[in-house]
Amino acid sequence: MPISRHVVIIGSGPAGLTAALYTARANLQPLLIEGVEAGGQLMLTTLVENFPGHRDGIMGPDLMGEMRAQTEKFGAEIIQGNVVRVDFSRRPFVVATTDAEYHAGAVIIATGASAKLLGLPSERTLMGHGVSTCATCDGYFFRGHEIAVVGGGDSAMEEAVFLTKFASKVTVVHRRDTLRASKIMQDKARANPKIAWLLHHEIDEIKDTGKGEVTGMIVRHAATGERKEVPVSGVFVAIGHNPNTSLFKGQLEMDANGYLITHNGAKTSVPGVFACGDVQDHVYRQAITAAGSGCMAALDAERYLEHTSHTESPTHVTATS
Amino acid sequence: MAAENVQTFTDSNFDTSVINAAGPVLVDFWAEWCGPCKRLGPTIDALATDYAGKVTIGKLNVDDNPNTAFKFQIRGIPAMLVFKGGQVVEQIVGLTPKEELKKVLDKHL
Repeated sequence: MPISRHVVIIGSGPAGLTAALYTARANLQPLLIEGVEAGGQLMLTTLVENFPGHRDGIMGPDLMGEMRAQTEKFGAEIIQGNVVRVDFSRRPFVVATTDAEYHAGAVIIATGASAKLLGLPSERTLMGHGVSTCATCDGYFFRGHEIAVVGGGDSAMEEAVFLTKFASKVTVVHRRDTLRASKIMQDKARANPKIAWLLHHEIDEIKDTGKGEVTGMIVRHAATGERKEVPVSGVFVAIGHNPNTSLFKGQLEMDANGYLITHNGAKTSVPGVFACGDVQDHVYRQAITAAGSGCMAALDAERYLEHTSHTESPTHVTATS
Repeated sequence: MAAENVQTFTDSNFDTSVINAAGPVLVDFWAEWCGPCKRLGPTIDALATDYAGKVTIGKLNVDDNPNTAFKFQIRGIPAMLVFKGGQVVEQIVGLTPKEELKKVLDKHL
């Protein structure tokens, strides 16, 4: 039997948890389905120094733990589980996990974005055997090794600097001849003597799939096409993110890159469905902007529910999963 | 801290508890500083309950037990290895939904 709720929130990063906090405080008894990458991208970070109110910084996983506890204190229900299907063409909306089906008066989408990969077959084969998208998880295994970080943005710089704690040398590989990272992050990386630069180069292949471990990478100069092999025992990919929107294809309006389009606040193309955080933002992508937009989505959902008269009033059944 | 059905594997008990175990064993390689590993914890706990008596399920802290992590070439966590008859029969890397892990375990019942 489906379980009815006023508000179902999909995703448990800063956007989803802030939306849950606000809707819980508005007595909407929200249900939040946390998803596989529970806690979102901040779970993969170390010290967060730009979240206001924490002057000495706070560890990413601790910040998420605090947000979660604060949300639960006000009565939000958080369940483990992964949403596998939604139906926004009928009312109430349907949100289904592998274990249960939920009916919701309003849905807030905060599914975020996940790390993008290079798309090389060797990259997939060697994932977890030297190829990684999580420096904080896997840096430890490369103590004293030479490794590479792919990417030219802020996260690539941050990972490169972090990884010098373990690695003997970190080579930053970036396909353009200039970095996209902010000046402060570039300066930090450039000042680090353990960081080497391989700009204007692309990775053609990661070796060695036969051995089942990373032994090197074949790089190609983006202009001259000249190829060479660079020995490394780890490759950390930090080339950006893809929004997690495959669930909503054909149901919600998206841009060419798959980001949900929001208008007049957090509204999507379907009235009653709201979106917040990185799933609808490829510009700012900060913990604080995600949290801010989560608040907007909650207030918009609250107003929407006030102005919508449901024939069926949702019953508050505690979900068992 | 682990649920009652979840074993704790170490460098010293690995041979007895995993390699020489009679049935299939799932080992979750994790560390305190790994966010995704912590998020996987409840899934491992739930699996240990679901598969009690069928699959031995336990965790190995890579910080405290570097030899075993090194021996099995663990280069990224969370990583889950399934052992059967002392051999690695499955390797799963990264945060993985419970349903996918169940599919993998069901192959070895």
